[in-house]
Amino acid sequence: MKAVLVLEDGFALEGQSFTGDFETGGEVIFTTGMTGYQEVLTDPSYTGQMVCMTYPLMGNYGITAEDMESAGIHAEAFLVKECCKEPSNWRSVMSLPDFLMKHGTPGVEGLDTRALTRHLRLNGAMRGIISTREKDREALREKALGLPTMKGRNLVPRVAATGPYAWHDNAPRPVSLGPDGSYAWRGTGLPLVVYDYGIKWNILRHLVAAGFEPLAVPPGFTAQAVRATGARAVFLSNGPGDPATLGEEIAIVRELCRDMPVTGICLGHQIIGHALGAHTEKLKFGHHGCNHPVKDLTTGKIEISSQNHGFHVVLDGVADVEATHVNLNDHTLEGLRHTKLPIMSLQYHPEAAAGPRDGNHLFHRFREMIGRATGN
Amino acid sequence: MTPGNPELAEILRIAKEYGFSDRQLAEMWKRPEADIRRLRKDFGILPTYYLVDTCAAEFEAYTPYFYSTYETGDEMQVSDRRKVLILGGGPNRIGQGIEFDYCCCHASFALRDAGIMAIMVNSNPETVSTDYDTSDRLYFEPLTFEDVMNIVEKEKPEGVIVQFGGQTPLNLAVPLMRAGVPILGTSPDAIDRAEDRERFQALIEKLGLLQPPNGTAMDLEQALEVAERITYPVVVRPSYVLGGRAMAVVYDAAELTDYFREQVPEKPEHPILIDKFLEHAIEVDVDALSDGNEVYVAGIMEHIEEAGIHSGDSACVLPSFSLSYDHVANIAAQAEALARELKVVGLMNIQFAIKGDDIYILEVNPRASRTAPFVSKATGVPLPYLATQVMLGKTLDELDPWSLRRGGFTCVKEAVMPFQRFPGVDIILGPEMHSTGEVMGMGADFAEAFLKSQIAAGQRPPRSGKVFLSVNDRDKPYVADVARLFADLGFDLLATRGTAKVLREGGLEVEEVRKVYEGRPNIVDLIINHEIALVINTASGKNTARDSKAIRRAALTWKVPYCTTLAAARATATALAAGRDVDHVETLQEYYARDARGQE
Repeated sequence: MKAVLVLEDGFALEGQSFTGDFETGGEVIFTTGMTGYQEVLTDPSYTGQMVCMTYPLMGNYGITAEDMESAGIHAEAFLVKECCKEPSNWRSVMSLPDFLMKHGTPGVEGLDTRALTRHLRLNGAMRGIISTREKDREALREKALGLPTMKGRNLVPRVAATGPYAWHDNAPRPVSLGPDGSYAWRGTGLPLVVYDYGIKWNILRHLVAAGFEPLAVPPGFTAQAVRATGARAVFLSNGPGDPATLGEEIAIVRELCRDMPVTGICLGHQIIGHALGAHTEKLKFGHHGCNHPVKDLTTGKIEISSQNHGFHVVLDGVADVEATHVNLNDHTLEGLRHTKLPIMSLQYHPEAAAGPRDGNHLFHRFREMIGRATGN
Repeated sequence: MTPGNPELAEILRIAKEYGFSDRQLAEMWKRPEADIRRLRKDFGILPTYYLVDTCAAEFEAYTPYFYSTYETGDEMQVSDRRKVLILGGGPNRIGQGIEFDYCCCHASFALRDAGIMAIMVNSNPETVSTDYDTSDRLYFEPLTFEDVMNIVEKEKPEGVIVQFGGQTPLNLAVPLMRAGVPILGTSPDAIDRAEDRERFQALIEKLGLLQPPNGTAMDLEQALEVAERITYPVVVRPSYVLGGRAMAVVYDAAELTDYFREQVPEKPEHPILIDKFLEHAIEVDVDALSDGNEVYVAGIMEHIEEAGIHSGDSACVLPSFSLSYDHVANIAAQAEALARELKVVGLMNIQFAIKGDDIYILEVNPRASRTAPFVSKATGVPLPYLATQVMLGKTLDELDPWSLRRGGFTCVKEAVMPFQRFPGVDIILGPEMHSTGEVMGMGADFAEAFLKSQIAAGQRPPRSGKVFLSVNDRDKPYVADVARLFADLGFDLLATRGTAKVLREGGLEVEEVRKVYEGRPNIVDLIINHEIALVINTASGKNTARDSKAIRRAALTWKVPYCTTLAAARATATALAAGRDVDHVETLQEYYARDARGQE
């Protein structure tokens, strides 16, 4: 079935649907990872976005049970050059088209993804509509212009946790708190409250491996409630949308920063930035892929990193905050720390999935910082 | 494929997106390739060109590399500058040397120096000519009519250079010309006269030159007749092959029958070529540059190995070391006559064989040969660069290559063999090409240059020790002379029974050693024990080759220097006799500078 993609500026491409009939819209972005489509699709940070893969073949190793980054698909649509319908992988439990159809996510192949990537690189990420129903490009463009822009869009409520849960046996397990807000920690690691703004499960896996016992909570969980759980530190997850819209979350974190060790990744890092007095700006076409070079300014070492963000923190001289990591492609901020308080965060994804694991050691850096601050 | 089929355009587009060539589709649909091309163009199914940026368009790239694809976008801006297309040689393979890369680079430099945009077409990432800064623009495309025509139609260059990429682009000359593409340099018709066997024969006769007696055959019966007429030994080969593939020297009817059984299909597509093999002839390679009127004979290279060893595998010397003045003058005159008759514009290469006082023409290639870089460096005259200028309209009078020539030294080109990498392969040389590289030795005289070339090619000739000799019957009459050279240098001689007998008859002292099947310790044991300093082992004909294979294999495995021809052994002895210091090296520029001073 023929599908037409039209961007808000009128740029149009044709492809073939491999998931049946649909019409959907969102911000069109491109991701440069050669592998990792399952992780990309299930990463809640892609909420509201239609993902174009620059690598020309997707789906060849199918879908695996162990590599989910959340319970479902969050990308609005998946745009590829060629989709492999018959995966070859002993771990595969499902083909990519079946996976997309199961979750009702449109998949399109046969698009000139290179032309699309080039257009986005030159003109910036923008809104688009993809449809098998409407062929009139002008009509589709009108619809695209009617979509909300990513800037100013709060998408956290769509994917964030709605209640507290623990992480056991590689899956989230809902838990309840005591009437006084206390939590019965199991004693498997350092008690850590994890704000789930749309978390990637591999972050939880890594926090456990680094010696934490995570208790995930929803975004509106107050600072007072955190203290009531008996947690010793706080972690802020990744998530979708424009961080500047998250006024309530930022206020909670600002309060937590006064007397708790706080760390964060991606959106969590951006919220920490806001809480410490910095601001965020939208990147032209974002960083999405597994090949971004990042320099660790504290060691001088360079890591190849997994990234997925459309906004970045601009410090412009905020007191007592220093940059710890910088992106070598465009020199934007990739990590920060407070010089006096036990606060640090990373813009990129040290938990990888998909992508290189160069940054995995940073979970231990979190653990060490928190250990020093709390005496554990 | 039915014309008028409404789905045809879509099927054709999908086939092109999947990478099927017009030629493959032509075969499948049983239509001429030209029909597919016309149909494709009628439907507007044309390739677009994307940049090779190695980053999936994520970053802005400045490399002027392009590849074709059947997609919606196009990242190529056609320039309105003057431009010329250079066709490269495609992937490296035996018989299609990296030497052509040198030629393509210099063609590009010459074009750029003349203010013309140099557009390279080559699908080989391993070369310098495909470096991003060698040409102004690179198309990373196969060297086929379809792909080259697509580029020509897009770029509309003022000309295409086909003579620097070896045989592959040369084969495109006639089809491109028929499609109306201007070919720079020697005309495709002249190329055809040199390539087509019958037209070539007529050319040789017209000029009153000599060719080895020859004939063609479609089956064994005809072949036996031809061989009988021209007398054995003969060289047999299929027509239209590169690098002497499946070429063999056969000495009698039995071997010819074997050859047909093993190498020739029941109904061959092209005739089998049969030439008289000129035994013990000296082979000479000549490179010449011509503007259609004047001819500059750039180099007359004498092969160290006799005729019958593929020219790509043979070592050669410039200037020649044993040819008489008359022979050199005669060869130069013949080369000039051929260049004038063919109206060569650019480079040409001719292979001669000298037997007694007769000079035979084996082959004429109206293109840069694999010796072009060697001759350029050995004489200081940048042949491909000048040839490009000639193609752009300069005359040899203006360019005056004669004044650029440097001399006063000798250069030896030696082939580098990949045998070490292929366990079990025999290292014997023959009409089929094996070499995968070459080195150049430069020195004050032949001895110094030859020894340096041997060292560079991976074997250091010994100064003392035991020389082992085992030669085939045809070489036996000549082996004593060669052995004597080594004996005079103080080497001890070792030989298997037959060779030992010949050497003793020649008055030489020789120790006899067992052949492999004669018990132990035998010659292979001695090689393994490092008791042998040099192995001289020749074989020809299937059976002797098999017997002595173990010896050559051992020499290779245990890294004992070896010669597989008497000619190479003689050259080694001659070079050792001069006692040159070969550890002293100088740069090419130092050699040139010394000669320039000498001229002042």
